[in-house]
Amino acid sequence: MVSQPSRDPAARAGSGRSGGPDWLFLAEELLRLAEHDGATAAEALVMAEDSALTRFANSEIHQNVAERNGRLNLRYVVGRRVGVASSDRLDDAGLRALVERAGRVARLAEERDEAVALGEPGPLPEAAGAFSEATADASPELRAGAVRAVIAAADTAGVVAYGSFATTTETVAVASSPGIRAIEARTHARLVTVQMAPDGGSGYAEAAAADVTAIDGAAVGREAADRASRTRNPVSIEPGDYPVVLEPYAVVDLLGTLGFLGFSALAVEEGRSFAEPGRRIGSDLVTIWDDGLDPAGLPMAFDYEGVGKRRVSLVERGVCRDMVYDAATAARAGRRSTGHGLPAPNPWGPFPLNLFMAPGEASRDELLGGLERGLLVTRFHYTNPVHPKLAIVTGMTRDGTFLVERGRIVAPVRNLRFTQSYLAALAGVEAVGRERRTLLGDLGAAVVPAIRVAAFTFTGATEH
Amino acid sequence: MLTCAAMRELLDRALDTASARGASYADVRLVRRLEESIAVKTGRLEGLASSESEGFGVRVLVDGAWGFAASHLLTLDEADRVAALAVRIARASATALRRSVVLDDRPPAHGRYETPVAEDPFALPLDVKIADLLTADRAMADVKGIAFTDSLYRAQREWKSFAATDGSDTEQVITHVGAAIEANAIDGDEHQRRSYPDAGGAFQAAGYEYVRSLDLAGQAERHAEEAVALLSAPQCPAGRTTIVLHPSQLYLQVHESCGHPTELDRVFGTEASYAGTSFLTPDKLASGFRYGSDLVDIVADATAPGGLGTFGWDDEGVAAQAVPLVRAGIFVGYLSSRETAPRIGRRSGGAMRADGWDRIPLIRMTNINLLPKPGMSLDEIVQDTDDGLFLASNRSWSIDDRRLNFQFATEVGYEIKGGKLGRLFRNPTYTGITHEFWRSCDAVGDERSYVMLGTPNCGKGEPGQTGHVGHGVPGARFRNVQVGVGKW
Repeated sequence: MVSQPSRDPAARAGSGRSGGPDWLFLAEELLRLAEHDGATAAEALVMAEDSALTRFANSEIHQNVAERNGRLNLRYVVGRRVGVASSDRLDDAGLRALVERAGRVARLAEERDEAVALGEPGPLPEAAGAFSEATADASPELRAGAVRAVIAAADTAGVVAYGSFATTTETVAVASSPGIRAIEARTHARLVTVQMAPDGGSGYAEAAAADVTAIDGAAVGREAADRASRTRNPVSIEPGDYPVVLEPYAVVDLLGTLGFLGFSALAVEEGRSFAEPGRRIGSDLVTIWDDGLDPAGLPMAFDYEGVGKRRVSLVERGVCRDMVYDAATAARAGRRSTGHGLPAPNPWGPFPLNLFMAPGEASRDELLGGLERGLLVTRFHYTNPVHPKLAIVTGMTRDGTFLVERGRIVAPVRNLRFTQSYLAALAGVEAVGRERRTLLGDLGAAVVPAIRVAAFTFTGATEH
Repeated sequence: MLTCAAMRELLDRALDTASARGASYADVRLVRRLEESIAVKTGRLEGLASSESEGFGVRVLVDGAWGFAASHLLTLDEADRVAALAVRIARASATALRRSVVLDDRPPAHGRYETPVAEDPFALPLDVKIADLLTADRAMADVKGIAFTDSLYRAQREWKSFAATDGSDTEQVITHVGAAIEANAIDGDEHQRRSYPDAGGAFQAAGYEYVRSLDLAGQAERHAEEAVALLSAPQCPAGRTTIVLHPSQLYLQVHESCGHPTELDRVFGTEASYAGTSFLTPDKLASGFRYGSDLVDIVADATAPGGLGTFGWDDEGVAAQAVPLVRAGIFVGYLSSRETAPRIGRRSGGAMRADGWDRIPLIRMTNINLLPKPGMSLDEIVQDTDDGLFLASNRSWSIDDRRLNFQFATEVGYEIKGGKLGRLFRNPTYTGITHEFWRSCDAVGDERSYVMLGTPNCGKGEPGQTGHVGHGVPGARFRNVQVGVGKW
């Protein structure tokens, strides 16, 4: 939903959703005040959120929350100086105070060698499927109903359910001196559950979508309950190198971490990234891109600088192609932003928030069939880079780790610690699943398949 | 910004509406948060930001179930809407409830608390703080071989008003400040960094006097030179050995392997689907589980001077206190809340904290401190060590979902031979199982080495919350630890 502002100030009060503020009007008003205050250029960003989350544990709801917030972020430019201030005070005095703070900060800032880069205006694409009325209108009763369905599946399997169900409407509006006027409402819903069996079993399942009606609580509950039932009484295996099949829940961590470490133009600029156009980092089966407009993910039409999203090919048949840019990195590189800017101030640089990995041709049986003796890993836990440039990451397996022999699951195993280069894992991809899942991780959304990797290094074990 | 009278009216209105709608208990927090940050990159001012946030959150108990709603709109109509929504949400919660919430009987809270501040960081001109950070950062950036530097300064002040239907009424003003400098050296695929005092910044509940005490400029050159030296240093060898942990690493070891597993909500499973559960189950409390060696005394102390977890009352009105978690190596207590403590026959230890007005309070660390032991300073522990590794400055961390199997990487490792620091090693890592590791502790530094550190980035909960938690630590020694993990 991308639109132009109303020109009638009287229509603006209470013209947003649920009688709330007209966010683009607020962004424009903030921009007008900044320019009137003496800013040579400015960018007003509004991030409004109406969100709710129902959390359950021990097969009952234990936390249930809702929040409404509107955040104003002002980049205030004076010549080659820039300052940023933010606030959630939306009244006239709040806006003026915000402009005053941003201006004061900007005038204290050091003059830069280059001009301050704000997003360039351009045609804004439509992100079909970014907004769902059903998600925006999701009630506590709807969430409780889905949670009861998850719990019922757990009860049937004799396991205990834990998890959360979140529904969020995020409205982003940008008004800037170069001429950007953009507003979009985006929704997403995410249901996750961990289910535990009394004798050591643990299973996970997750579903994410822009449209809450696409999430089937009972199906998510059954998937996790099945895993929890099948992981009872796990056996210990020795750490070491094993071929693995990684479920999509694990693959999303791999892609998100690589996005964080290396697919950003700033990371490349600073020499801390592995990415380099033309460098081979994966097997021929690995193709990764970012696409904010693909309705298969969680779409968004533009970034937090108001620049329209462009599809960016990151890895094609194992070879690095391009990276994502925001206004600042694009200006330094002499090209256009790809629409991957984050809210200022942003020390991390541009970020791929909508990652996709190309599906392969392997069925699930074919993925497992390639394991003579290996592991099926449902998901990773608490991963962290040990050596960012080599993309060496450590983390644990969790909620469903299985020993596979001659293509068949033979036993659940106790969780293992891995210390593994994610780049080496991409290089070792020898099969890719044909089904993909849409998942929402800590580092954005991703649409990913399961993969089989020739060797994965496990360096420790735990007691469960 | 509301006047005191308007604020009072809003708090009362929210509580009255919640009660009228059927809440058996309700509390409301109105929070205003001011933040200021300075970022410097390679000798140049990269970012200046100022942030302000204000709103209120209403928590209610209806039919034995919790509901919570929050808003940034400070009007009486919104207080009515939010309180009513919280009640509606609680009623929805009650449709999937198996055990009604019962709170302990803490007395109503009254009073005012303010962080002692000698030099108000928000009153100090911004250009003074910028100049201090630039000076330190440039001293790093000027060292030959440094690819880029990153330095930061942050300050946060929170005004918090709390009221509850039991008559509680408190006001708090909490101020936190911190800073860090970091030098990065890159050669091909090798990227090394050295930070001081900590990569994410060392923070305290204090004024700008704390930042001055860090002497960032005085430490800059040495740390930058060490980053460059790491590029050509040998890889940390693999094997089992003695390690001596500097406070800049030990604080995170305490955080991950003692702080989180003693959170009683985690023990009862309410974090299971996100961060996980805990190996420290209540039966271990009853049986006197040996968590560490006799030298290990760990306390959750919300009264410790300077700690990021220091306050007057927690976010459900329980007074700040010191709660022993591990005494002479034996597991003796939890971080707890009014809801969880009665389930183990205790009263709340006052550890419920929320990240701003829009989040529900969760059990969070306060200041989880490893208490110093008379005898040896950290330097003297090194002198007392024949053979081992000295590890400093955390680089990465990971621990399993029950807080048993951990692995840490540090920025720097030094060989210890005959009580002296020797060769520099790059990419050091160590791993272990929590209780085995703490049982292998055979030396804890004394008061001379004890420092209050902490992190302003402790993640927990859904929706996500970022906590400010403190850790007082003196440095310590551990025997027979696996180091040099993985393939390099």
